[in-house]
Amino acid sequence: MMLGKINGQFRLLLAGAALSAMVVAAPALAVTPADTLVQAWAIDDTITLDPAESFELSPAEFLGNAYDMLVRLDIDDTTKVRPGVAESWTVSDDGLTYTFKLKPGLKFASGNPITAKDVAWSFERVVKLDKSPAFILTQFGLTKDNVTEKAKAADDTTFVFTVDKSYAPSFVLNCLTATVGAVMDSKLVLEHVAPVTPTDDYKFDNDFGNGWLKTGYAGSGPFKIRDWRANEILVLERNDNYYGDKPALARVIYRHVKESATQRLMLEAGDIDVARNLEPGDLEAVSKNAELATTSAPKGTVYYISLNQKNPNLAKPEVRQALKYLVDYDAIGATLIKGIGEIRQTYQAKGVLGALDSNPFTFDVAKAKELLEKAGLKDGFSVTMDVRNTQPVTGIAESFQQTVGQAGVKVEIIPGDGKQTLTKYRARNHDMYIGQWGMDYWDPNSNAETFTSNPNNADDGTVKTLAWRNAWDVPELTEKTKAALLERDNDKRAAMYKELQQAALDTSPFVLIFQQTEVAGLRGNVKNYKLGPNFDSNFVAPVTKD
Amino acid sequence: MSSMETQAPARRANKRASAILKAVVSFVVIVGTTYLGLLAVTFFIGRIVPIDPVLAIVGDRAPAHVVERTRIEMGFNLPYYQQFYLYVKGVLSGDFGTSVLTTNPVMDDIRRVFPATMELATVGTVIGAAFGIPLGVLAAVKRGSLADQIVRIIGLIGYSVPIFWLGLLALLVFYARLGWTAGPGRIDVVFEYTFTPITGFFLLDAILNRDWAAFKDIFAHIILPASLLGYFSLAYISRMTRSFMLNELSQEYIVAARAKGLSETRIIWGHALRNAAVPLVTVIALSYAGLLEGSVLTETVFAWPGLGLYITNSLQNADMNAVLGGTIIIGSVFIGINLLSDLLYRMLDPRTRIR
Repeated sequence: MMLGKINGQFRLLLAGAALSAMVVAAPALAVTPADTLVQAWAIDDTITLDPAESFELSPAEFLGNAYDMLVRLDIDDTTKVRPGVAESWTVSDDGLTYTFKLKPGLKFASGNPITAKDVAWSFERVVKLDKSPAFILTQFGLTKDNVTEKAKAADDTTFVFTVDKSYAPSFVLNCLTATVGAVMDSKLVLEHVAPVTPTDDYKFDNDFGNGWLKTGYAGSGPFKIRDWRANEILVLERNDNYYGDKPALARVIYRHVKESATQRLMLEAGDIDVARNLEPGDLEAVSKNAELATTSAPKGTVYYISLNQKNPNLAKPEVRQALKYLVDYDAIGATLIKGIGEIRQTYQAKGVLGALDSNPFTFDVAKAKELLEKAGLKDGFSVTMDVRNTQPVTGIAESFQQTVGQAGVKVEIIPGDGKQTLTKYRARNHDMYIGQWGMDYWDPNSNAETFTSNPNNADDGTVKTLAWRNAWDVPELTEKTKAALLERDNDKRAAMYKELQQAALDTSPFVLIFQQTEVAGLRGNVKNYKLGPNFDSNFVAPVTKD
Repeated sequence: MSSMETQAPARRANKRASAILKAVVSFVVIVGTTYLGLLAVTFFIGRIVPIDPVLAIVGDRAPAHVVERTRIEMGFNLPYYQQFYLYVKGVLSGDFGTSVLTTNPVMDDIRRVFPATMELATVGTVIGAAFGIPLGVLAAVKRGSLADQIVRIIGLIGYSVPIFWLGLLALLVFYARLGWTAGPGRIDVVFEYTFTPITGFFLLDAILNRDWAAFKDIFAHIILPASLLGYFSLAYISRMTRSFMLNELSQEYIVAARAKGLSETRIIWGHALRNAAVPLVTVIALSYAGLLEGSVLTETVFAWPGLGLYITNSLQNADMNAVLGGTIIIGSVFIGINLLSDLLYRMLDPRTRIR
C-alpha cells in the first residue's frame, strides 16, 4: 500500500534527481555477455514452474519458452494454430475424436525420446493433480476416471484425444496451446515423484512429480530452465536437443527488478538488455534515447469498471448505459495509459477469433443525464468504488470519479491493496469495482464465458464468473455462450461471439475501458525481440544481439 | 573462626549463584512471553486482514472447487484457535511452515534472504560508526564552531531526506552518470555460473572462494546501498556521540585530567570517549538492529533480495507463514542484540556487573 503511493511519486522525484545529475559527465557503458540476454522484470508472481499448476503471467513466459505443446499459437495470425510437437492432426466427422501425428525422432532436453505416451501421461497428470489450470483440459469431459481412455497413445507417434461434445475444433486446438498442455518428459518426472498418503480429496499415492517440478524442469522447448530463485532470478539455457531452429543466444536471464525507474537506469547503463516494467514516463524517456528502442504488443488483458447488480441503482439498465457515457476515454487514452494500453469497449481482446472492433461510447454528459433522468435519478446518486493502489487503475478511478460527478453521481473511492479489493469483489460485497481480466487461454470462449455467462446467480453459485461476481443474471446469454462452443464453422462461430459482445455493449454492467499493451525497452543491439499476444507466446528463441 | 572465614565466601558464592539463576529465569520468562505475544499478535492480525490467503496460492482464475480444496489443505477452514495451536506446535518442533509464494519452507527462504540484509546492515553500520563517531566527537569538541554546524546539517539531512529518493539519486549519479559503482542487485549476472554462495554473505564467500573478480563486483554492488544506510545511521550516531561527549567533557574528571597536564588528544579519545562508549554501544546496537529489519525502500530501489522485501511481499499476498517466520526472526534479532549490548555494557562498565 505504502509502496504503491511511493511509486507514484517516483517520477516526479526522478525528474528532480535527473536535473541534479545533469552536470555530471556520462560514464563508460557496462555490457552484458554477448551470448546472454538479460531482462529485468517483476517476476514475483512466479510461485511454481509446474505446467500443471502454474497459472500466472511471468511463469507463462518461462514455460512457453521451455516447454512444447502439441500445437502452438501462430503469432503472425493469432486466430490460427501451428504445429508444435504434433506434425499434423485430423478431426473425426462427428467432431469427437482428435488424432495427432507426432513429429518423428523428437527428444526432450534430457535426451529421452518424445512419444505419444508422454503426451498421454501429461494429460493424465494434469487431470489427476487437478490444480488451477486443469479445467482447460477437463472442460472437454476428462475426469480422473476416464482420462487414460480419453487421452491415449495409439502408438509411439499417434495420440488420440476424445472430447465429450462436438466442440468447435478451433476451441479445442486453442486450448491445447495453453501451458497446461505442455508435453512432459514422463521418464524424467517419474524419477522424481514423492509418495503421498491418499485422502478423500486426492486418491493417488504419489504427487506426479508436482513437488519436484515446482522448481524442476522436464520439457523439450528451445530453452531449458536451469535455475529459479523466487523474487531474484530465473535462468533459461539453450536446449541443444531442440528439434527446431536453435536459439542464437546461449542463455536468457530474468532478473527480478520491480521499479520502473530502476529498470530504466539499468537499461541506460547497459546492465540489462531488456526492461519489462516501464511506466509511461520512463517509457517515453527510453523511446527518445538514440541508443535504445522500444517494442510493444497488445495483450489479452482488458481493464473494466463493473457495476454490482445487487445495488438497486446500478441495476437499472439506463444507469448502466449512462455510466458508459461518463468515462473520458480520450483523455485516459492520451495520458494515463499512453503507450501501455489502447481504448477498447468490447470485452474480447483485439486479435482473438470473433473480436468485435467497436467503440460506440464517447464522453457525453448530456446523454448520460438524459439516461439518468429516465431511470428516475435526475439528481444522481451516491455509490462506492473499490480501487486497488496501483497505476493506472488509481488514475482511471480518479478520472471516472470526476467525470461521473458532472452528471451528479457521487463516487466514493475505497482504496485497498490488490488482494484485499479482490477478496471483497469475489464475495460480491462491492458497489463498483475497477479491475482487469486476462484470458485463461487464447480462445474467445475464455472471455465470453466470464463476461456473458452466469450459470447460477445464487450466492452459493460455484461458477464465479465476472457476471456472477456482479450478480448479472443472464440465462439467455449463458445459453448463447454455450452454443458458440459447439459451432464448428469458424465464421459462424466468430459471428456468434460478435453478437455476444454487442449484447454486452448494450446491456452489460461492464464498462470496458482499455486493452493492455505490453511494452519493453531494449538496448539498440538487441534484434528480433518480439512480444506475442499472450505471455506464453513471448518467444525469446529468435532474439539475437549485434 | 577459621570455619567462619571459609563459610563467608561460600555464602557469597551461593548468593551470587542464586542471583544469576534468578536473572536467567526471569530472562527466559520474559523472552518466552515476548515470543508468545509476538506470535499471537501477528497470527491474529494476519487472520483478520480482509484478504483471502487462498487467493494468493491459486490465483484469481482458479475454479471454485480448487479454491475450496486448497482452503482445506491449508487448514484455513479450522477455527482460529485450532489454527494457532497447530502453528505454535509446528514452531516448537522447528517447523515454520511453507511459504505459499516461494513454495519453500519459510526457514529456507529466511536463511537465503537474511544474510543479504545482514551483510548490507553490517557494512552500513561499520560505515555509520566509522564516520559517525569521529564526526560526533569533532562536533562536541568544537562546539558552536563551523565544524559543529556542518555536522549538524549533515545529520539533519540524514534524518529528513526520504531514503528512496536519496537512493535513486545516488544510483543516478554514482551508477548511471559516473559509473563508479555497480547498479542494483547483489552481484553481476556474469558471475551466475561461476560464483557459488557458501554462507550467503557474498563478500565473505568471495574471499572463501578466493574469487577476487567476484569480490570486486560484490563490493561495487554493496557499497552504494550500504553507504546510504550508513549515512542514515551516521546521522543518528553522530548526534548521539556529540551529546554523550558534551556530557562527559563537562565532568570533573576531565578537569582533573587537564590539571594533570594530559594531552588534549588523550583526554578526548582516551578518557571522555571511553566513558561515552558505554551508552554509545546501545545506540549503535539499536541502529544495527533497525537496519537488520531490512530497509524495505532501500531493498526495493536497489533490487536487493533481502528480508525487508521478502516480508513486505509476503504481507501483501497474505502469505502468513512467511510473515510470521520473518517476525520471529526480527524479534529474535532485537532480543539477541539487546542481550548482546547488555553483555557489552557489563564488559565496558564494571559498575553494572552482578556482584
